[in-house]
Amino acid sequence: MRRPGPIALSSFLASLVLVAALPALSGCSSATRPVVIGSKKFTESVVLAEMGARLVRQAGVEARRDDLGGTPALWLALTQGDVDCYPDYTGTIARQILKTDSPNLAAELAGHGIRISRSLGFRDNYALGMRRDVAAAYGVARTSDLRDHPELRYGFTHEFLDRPDGWPGLKRAYDLTATNVQGMNHTLAYRGLVEKAIDVTEMYTTDGEIAQYDLLALPDDKDFFPSYEAVWLYRADLAERRPEAVDWLLRLEGRVSETQMQRMNAAVQVEKRDEATVAAEFLQAELGLDAPPPEEDSRAGRILVTTGEHLLLVVPSLLAAVLVGIPLGIVAARRPMTGRIVLAAVSLLQTIPSLALLLFMIPVMMWLIGRGTGAPPAIAALFLYSLLPIVRNTHAGLLGIPRSLVESAEALGLPPLAVLRWVELPLAAGTILAGVRTAAVINVGTATLGGFIGAGGYGRPILRGIDKFDVPLMLEGAIPAAILAMTIEAAFGLLARAAPRGG
Amino acid sequence: MFLLRDVEKSFDARPALGPLSLETPAGRTTVLIGPSGCGKSTLLRLLVGLIRPDAGAVLFDGEPVTPASARSARLRVGYVIQDGGLFPHLTARGNVTLMARYLGRDRALTARRVDELAELTRFPPEGLDRYPNQLSGGQRQRVGLMRALLLDPDALLLDEPLGALDPLVRAELQDELKGIFDALGKTVVLVTHDLGEAAFFADRIVLLRDGRIVQQGSPADLWRHPADPFVTRFVQAQRGPEPPS
Repeated sequence: MRRPGPIALSSFLASLVLVAALPALSGCSSATRPVVIGSKKFTESVVLAEMGARLVRQAGVEARRDDLGGTPALWLALTQGDVDCYPDYTGTIARQILKTDSPNLAAELAGHGIRISRSLGFRDNYALGMRRDVAAAYGVARTSDLRDHPELRYGFTHEFLDRPDGWPGLKRAYDLTATNVQGMNHTLAYRGLVEKAIDVTEMYTTDGEIAQYDLLALPDDKDFFPSYEAVWLYRADLAERRPEAVDWLLRLEGRVSETQMQRMNAAVQVEKRDEATVAAEFLQAELGLDAPPPEEDSRAGRILVTTGEHLLLVVPSLLAAVLVGIPLGIVAARRPMTGRIVLAAVSLLQTIPSLALLLFMIPVMMWLIGRGTGAPPAIAALFLYSLLPIVRNTHAGLLGIPRSLVESAEALGLPPLAVLRWVELPLAAGTILAGVRTAAVINVGTATLGGFIGAGGYGRPILRGIDKFDVPLMLEGAIPAAILAMTIEAAFGLLARAAPRGG
Repeated sequence: MFLLRDVEKSFDARPALGPLSLETPAGRTTVLIGPSGCGKSTLLRLLVGLIRPDAGAVLFDGEPVTPASARSARLRVGYVIQDGGLFPHLTARGNVTLMARYLGRDRALTARRVDELAELTRFPPEGLDRYPNQLSGGQRQRVGLMRALLLDPDALLLDEPLGALDPLVRAELQDELKGIFDALGKTVVLVTHDLGEAAFFADRIVLLRDGRIVQQGSPADLWRHPADPFVTRFVQAQRGPEPPS
């Protein structure tokens, strides 16, 4: 004689707790932390980071690569110690990170506990690029010629639109008055340029696409862009903890020429080759690195890893949303005034674009737990995002119970909490479960955005695939995400049927 | 058993009941009757503390019914509403024994009590493990009654207990209910809008209109000494069993 509703609900909660605990347990088992080489979300950075990881492994130290999105996230991760080393460019370091004109970057960086290598051998400068035929048609040969054509359509990455050494500074330096400026993904901007959907985009001079599409890099005739020498940034404590790793990393200094980098970028972007393989081949040819042939992760293996990472985002955030959302829904149903405020607040959360909420969580989590990148901010954002369906359905489920039933329970002499537990929650269980189900599906989909802040999961192959315009890689994230969402749907469907209601 | 003193109740500033005073004698059956919206259900809910009066006092067995004391009063009062008010997620047995389980009563004793009550209310034992939606209207009403009687209360409140039943089942249940009331000798307050039913059950009838008592007394009093023209109209509007002599 037990009530099926609460049983189903509580066993569901228990299984959530279990699933949440598993990865945490297994995560504790590795005692020594591997050296983490960070990378930004574009091919060159990934290839360099891959080289870094291979060099560190050559020193006999465990290492892994971590893709973390843009400069601010990486700098944060480096100074926090989530990342030990990552490749960056002197211009970026001076203008965007340190915001300094000092020629002595090393001294400035030392103040942050960060060291800088010598140049890896090439520059990856910014330049504005156009199709040759379009540039010829407008008579544009240099950057300053753009001033006469404010009607041109510009497409830049969001980072470039923001950076002081990007569009804002460039616009001022050249007195440009263009109004048609859009933010877009770098790879998509190239495609837009080729398809004539836009006329001008920013290019990195080592981009493989420049040669591939025979594009024109406009000379920077006012010398606005600083020089962007590729360098390693690494934590000073890495040199103390793992001097041999740093030794090996620094062997790359001066070894990568601009042509070589262009060729490697093209190999990944155009020929769709694997970054790790490209990096390994270069190290073998250039440094005679007798590295083991890159162990190509099997697709199944990669999917297993991303699935694990994805669940690590979804399960704790959903669990927290259930634990907080149901009580909030109960309070909202009990007190109409509070209820209106609670419902308005969680609805408001839902109107914040998910990516914005995710990025907003970076400083919040930094302040709360001292870790601003990776899983914690993603879990926090997903938690907030999952609240609305749970709170609203709990509220609606409780208010949907006929008044006469609640009064019958009260008239029996049950105190309010017992009425809630034995009568109201079981009767609302179906509606509440439907809310949790909606939250779970939204959560699985939204968690793919975690790729933007290095939280891993299915978002990583999707974002990397977009960046490389590699459709199979995109699908490697998109299809499992869809399957996971459908699996969760089906599981909740079974759960709902396992909780039969006499009424 | 129940005593109302100068009780008033409004909903959203619209007066629903009172001011009125009323006493229901112990061990007798009092029937509240009146047209729809006359406040008879509101009065019943006041008695068991489901709602609180805006003014005046409600007493049960000499003790005021307040939010603090309502629970102990409820344990001594059974409450039955139309169609039984059963919890759809619990079986008939689950409904009947919910409060006993909450109170941690001995299971074997409770099971025996359920069997007794099933016999008293002529509820088929095999129906005890069915859910409310698998029972007939009459059976649901019997389960509602069993649930109200499980803890052997001193008083029984019934709000249109037979309102949802077809005439044949209704007549049959009226007979049984009357038999049960007589056998148990409890204080009963029953709400109905059917004068024939009221006359059948009542030791005492209370006729309400617009939240006030128009007349109270024995069933015969209403026919013989109507207090005002409304009582006459109300009595004459009802068809059915012959007026009692």
